[in-house]
Amino acid sequence: MQQAELMANPAEQRTTLMRRIAKATEKHGLIVAFFIVVAFFSIASENFLSPKNVMLVLRQVSILGTIAIGMTIVITVGHFDLSVGSLTSLTAVVVISMHDIVGPVPAMLIAILVGLISGAFIGYLVGYLRLNSLIITLGMLVGLQAIVLIYTGGKYTRIVAPDETWFGFIGRGFLFGVPLPVIILGVLLLIFSVILLKTVFGRQVFSVGGNPTASKFSGISDRKIIFTAFVISGFLTAIAGIIMGSRLMAAQNYLGQGYEFEVIAGVILGGVSLSGGEGNIFKAFIGILIIGILKNGFLLLGFPYYFQWVAQWVIVVGVVWLDVATKRGKVLG
Amino acid sequence: MIQKLVISLKKQPIWLILLGMIVLSSVFIPGFLSFGNFSNVLVQSAVDGMLALGMTFLMINGYFDLSVGTVMGFTAALAIGLQPYGLFVAVVVALLAGAVIGAINGFFVAKAKINAFIVTLGSFIGVRGLIYIYTGEQALVGDIMEFGMFGASSFLGLPTLFVIMFVLMLIAEFVLRKTPHGRYTYSIGGNIEASENAGIPVDRTIWLNFIICGLTAAAGGVLLASRLNAATPTLGWPDKNLMTIAVVVLGGTSLAGGYGNITRTLGGLFTFGVLYNILNLLGVQSYYNTLITGIVLILVVYIDAHIRKNKVSIG
Repeated sequence: MQQAELMANPAEQRTTLMRRIAKATEKHGLIVAFFIVVAFFSIASENFLSPKNVMLVLRQVSILGTIAIGMTIVITVGHFDLSVGSLTSLTAVVVISMHDIVGPVPAMLIAILVGLISGAFIGYLVGYLRLNSLIITLGMLVGLQAIVLIYTGGKYTRIVAPDETWFGFIGRGFLFGVPLPVIILGVLLLIFSVILLKTVFGRQVFSVGGNPTASKFSGISDRKIIFTAFVISGFLTAIAGIIMGSRLMAAQNYLGQGYEFEVIAGVILGGVSLSGGEGNIFKAFIGILIIGILKNGFLLLGFPYYFQWVAQWVIVVGVVWLDVATKRGKVLG
Repeated sequence: MIQKLVISLKKQPIWLILLGMIVLSSVFIPGFLSFGNFSNVLVQSAVDGMLALGMTFLMINGYFDLSVGTVMGFTAALAIGLQPYGLFVAVVVALLAGAVIGAINGFFVAKAKINAFIVTLGSFIGVRGLIYIYTGEQALVGDIMEFGMFGASSFLGLPTLFVIMFVLMLIAEFVLRKTPHGRYTYSIGGNIEASENAGIPVDRTIWLNFIICGLTAAAGGVLLASRLNAATPTLGWPDKNLMTIAVVVLGGTSLAGGYGNITRTLGGLFTFGVLYNILNLLGVQSYYNTLITGIVLILVVYIDAHIRKNKVSIG
């Protein structure tokens, strides 16, 4: 009886199908966008899906991906961290210049300490003094870049004898055929997803970002959560700076310039809500991956590198528009 | 009259800070108190002022535009690169390009209702791509000498570029204070839902303010091009957009919207201009200049929050 009814009404069947597709795109729109981009480039260029190129893309996105984990947490608690680009430059310069003085391990620890201090400073100003994170981290963007230049005197920093140290292994080495930075990123993604999804701290991050007032009334110290989020961001950016330094075995003063925007663009693409309370580290990584694929794909097709920027514009706004439109069921608000 | 002045100074403490800086530097820094030096400061603030003008409209409206830096770079390149078609064409196309990018931003924010940060971050990066595509990574040099001479000329003893910016600021202040568009802008920035209920054309006002912001960024690009009579692809990259927001915030226009005016922005603009000038005259290495900018930004937000808190506790 029921079947007969359904068969009698194919129009209704079609609408449910449409609704299902709409629902699926709403849930997995990012994945769909990812596969479209991948399909496009693999048809357009035969080298795109070669194992060598895939590894190249992964290695390239591993640095932005590492920073993006921290950025996702900061944006999820409802703030921004614009300082990550300059902090990448600073920690890379610190680890490279310290390497020849104190050896690789202490140099890395010092770089991490620099990242933690910077994160704690921002976290204090934004979390405890309740200052606007956009302007504060803008101040840090400018200030840290200045510290880099004052520290190096504007000179290029490099490791004098790159062949006599194992430090380069972090950025250049392979483990089971996979570049080490990619493995580091994978481990960090796992650790921080567990922290976000399975710990009290993680739940508090979503709570503070999603509804600050309610979290306050339920006794969550949003100051501490915001502070910790910025410290994590500083820590992960320092890791990214170390990987960067190790890959190049040298550091240029403006190494990380503009990273903040690339990372934020990728994270937004990954569906992390700028109003806070909503973010998924793996999705953010896929967003970063799409940005990395655009960069790689356009170069493979023989376009100048700057075409990727226009493509980023179209894709970021397009994907977010698609997301917003499916959520409200209307193209325009 | 004096009482009125005192009240407005109290409302806009940036002018007191500026006055203090000028008095102290006049006494202690040789070469500061001279006509040549002041006109130097004015020329340098003309371009930044144009960008800050449009940004003030948007920020009162409750939004901001991250694309102004690269829009400035793009339009500067157009104003130089299109000179073979005549100066008029070059300038008009440059201004139009700015307005179109502003309109695109405005469409996505006002009509498609996408977060302004995302929309303008996208165009910030995308327009950078347009600059590189248009210039082919080359620096462009203008071949119309009059254009460069215009950028270096004076009007009534003041730098022409500054006079242009100042006149536009006067018009902008009038628009904000006396026209419906200005009142709508404040109203929407203060409370968008109430404005909607009151029948204010919310979408149109927001859209228009994005176009204004794109247009003034383009005007800034044209002024910059005439000052340099050249354009490089890196003009405005990477943090011109954020520094423009900083000028407006330093002046005392709230990031939250609904509050502020052009006079404040002018105060913020001069304060940054004088600060850079002082550091220059003192022979401070440019790296330290940048560091001090960073510290000033953090201090400004700190002081701003402090003042607001005290106001609340007084009632």
